Amino acid sequence: MVLSYREALNQAMREEMRRDPRVFLIGEEVAYYQGAFKVSKGFIEEFGPRRVIDTPITEAGFTGLAIGAAMAGLRPIVELMTMNFGIVALDQIVNNAAKIRYMSGGQLSVPMVIRGPGSAAHQLAAQHSQSLEAWFCHVPGLKVIAPAAPCDAKGLLKSAIRDPNPVIFIEAQLLYGTKGEVPEGEYTIAIGVAEIKRPGRDVTVVAYSKMLLLALEAAEHLSREGIDSEVIDPRTLKPLDLEPIVASVRKTGRLVIVEEGWRFGGLGAQIAESVYAAAFDYLDAPIVRVVGEDVPIPYSRPLEDAAIPDLPRVIQAVKSLC
Amino acid sequence: MATTMDRTDLLSLYRQMLLIRRFEEKSAEMYALAKIAGFLHLYIGEEAVAVGAIAALRPDDYVISAYRDHGHCLARGSEPGKVMAELFGKATGLCKGKGGSMHLVDVEKRFMGGYAIVGGHLPLATGLAFASKYQSLDQVTVCFFGEGALPSGQAHEAFNLAALWKLPVIFICENNRYGMGTPVERAVALYTDITETARSYGIAAEQVDGMDVLAVRSVMRRVVEQVRATGGPFFIEAKTYRFMGHSMADPAHGHYRTKEEVEEYRKRDPLLLLKQTMLSQNLANEADFKQLEQEVGAVVAASIKFAEESPFPAPAELHEDVLME
Repeated sequence: MVLSYREALNQAMREEMRRDPRVFLIGEEVAYYQGAFKVSKGFIEEFGPRRVIDTPITEAGFTGLAIGAAMAGLRPIVELMTMNFGIVALDQIVNNAAKIRYMSGGQLSVPMVIRGPGSAAHQLAAQHSQSLEAWFCHVPGLKVIAPAAPCDAKGLLKSAIRDPNPVIFIEAQLLYGTKGEVPEGEYTIAIGVAEIKRPGRDVTVVAYSKMLLLALEAAEHLSREGIDSEVIDPRTLKPLDLEPIVASVRKTGRLVIVEEGWRFGGLGAQIAESVYAAAFDYLDAPIVRVVGEDVPIPYSRPLEDAAIPDLPRVIQAVKSLC
Repeated sequence: MATTMDRTDLLSLYRQMLLIRRFEEKSAEMYALAKIAGFLHLYIGEEAVAVGAIAALRPDDYVISAYRDHGHCLARGSEPGKVMAELFGKATGLCKGKGGSMHLVDVEKRFMGGYAIVGGHLPLATGLAFASKYQSLDQVTVCFFGEGALPSGQAHEAFNLAALWKLPVIFICENNRYGMGTPVERAVALYTDITETARSYGIAAEQVDGMDVLAVRSVMRRVVEQVRATGGPFFIEAKTYRFMGHSMADPAHGHYRTKEEVEEYRKRDPLLLLKQTMLSQNLANEADFKQLEQEVGAVVAASIKFAEESPFPAPAELHEDVLME
């Protein structure tokens, strides 16, 4: 069936909440408002206020509360209205969720999902447009997932909810309305498994979240010019499934990484380092990154467009290698 | 003060406080010998708060604390040897040597940990209480923290959520007068009565003499019963004092308080107060206390021996427990 990304997330959480009474959804506007982006539409009606919990605007407070509840054996899903607000809860995420298992010598675990949209939408300005996945990926003890396709979003969110660890699940406002084929019935997708979204032989393009759509669009354009791109979506950013990327690079000898986050210290730098270490001899050219500019995201449309990767830049980057 | 006093009961409370006192003194000694490193925050002077409060709990209640956590962990019944081994960074420690002094955890005893970002564990406490309420269990959660955590935003977020959702959590503010070297008067706007902070969120609150173990336990018994029966948070300010420095890095009094002030508070040493009560009521004699000293001394000595003789964690442990399989 064809579902929107939003509907796929809704189904994933709904199925898991029906399956496991320990799972509950907590966040700002998740209940009666039906979610700031309507991801939890119909939840308050089906599950009631005990399991679908509106919070005040207090991200550190309710994220910390959810961590405590997870320590006591529940399975919270925390919805951050946007990932930007995760910064307010960063002490809880980094100092508690990620470390409690290790600090306790394995006595405690924190089975929870923290999800919400990251990256820029349209002209939301500097505080609401950030791609912070590199921050979360930097911290041992967290898993980080950023799917692009509705089928991946559903299968991975279900796996994240069942995972015994804290999982950061990054969506995107501009993905919520996108549609795609989603399998009927029960399925999950394993965390830490990349997928080749478009096979090709000339160049490898790694892209995740909404940058995947850009990479696939670029691949279509380039194919008309005779350049055959292999597009890989890591889907899970940490743990990163390096093997298919390396295998592809061994075949193509060229790698482009597309990410919306800032260049300096960005996730693509880590992917590039891993590929250099594993497949340096197979590369015919240096790895090229298409990235966000190292500036706060500006409001003005032309400036915003200039700050984040777009189709011409992805096409140009691939062409520079082929 | 409790009206009926039982010799065995009071001796047991005294013994628990004495264990913490001697354990902490020995820890300081081991620190000087470099057997223990990092940050070490001693609970000496504040024993009556942990012992009195935890004595009012059931084994299935949750306890969570900040970084000055040895006393709470021992009062909850953790094995002294495992606690000392943790301070030594040994594989046999409560947390296999990965947590250390500030991050003791003993899940079997429902001691859910010591946390060292000031104010950061108060939201966790609301979550433990939330889990009890969610599952319709009548457990309570007791959350210890210093008055230095009161101005932190996370504390206020926790108070608000606990009151808003009527969570069964008891916040025990151990007001020892100083957040490191900063007196409460220079840190907390409502310093003349910090329970006002809780009351402003609609949380019932009261003060207790944190040097009097019987007073602490008496208040806690009533509060625990109330919270267990009717839900809702409670806030207790335990007025106490730390006899030692903030950590091993500073002397007992330092520049921020006088020797005389410390000596003045030492006159209300919680062990001394209980001992005087027992002696004056003819519930114990000097020989009883001497015997307790010997017993506790042996327990602490055994904890050191256990820690000394235990191995350090194997190198392979480094990568264990990061994620759960």
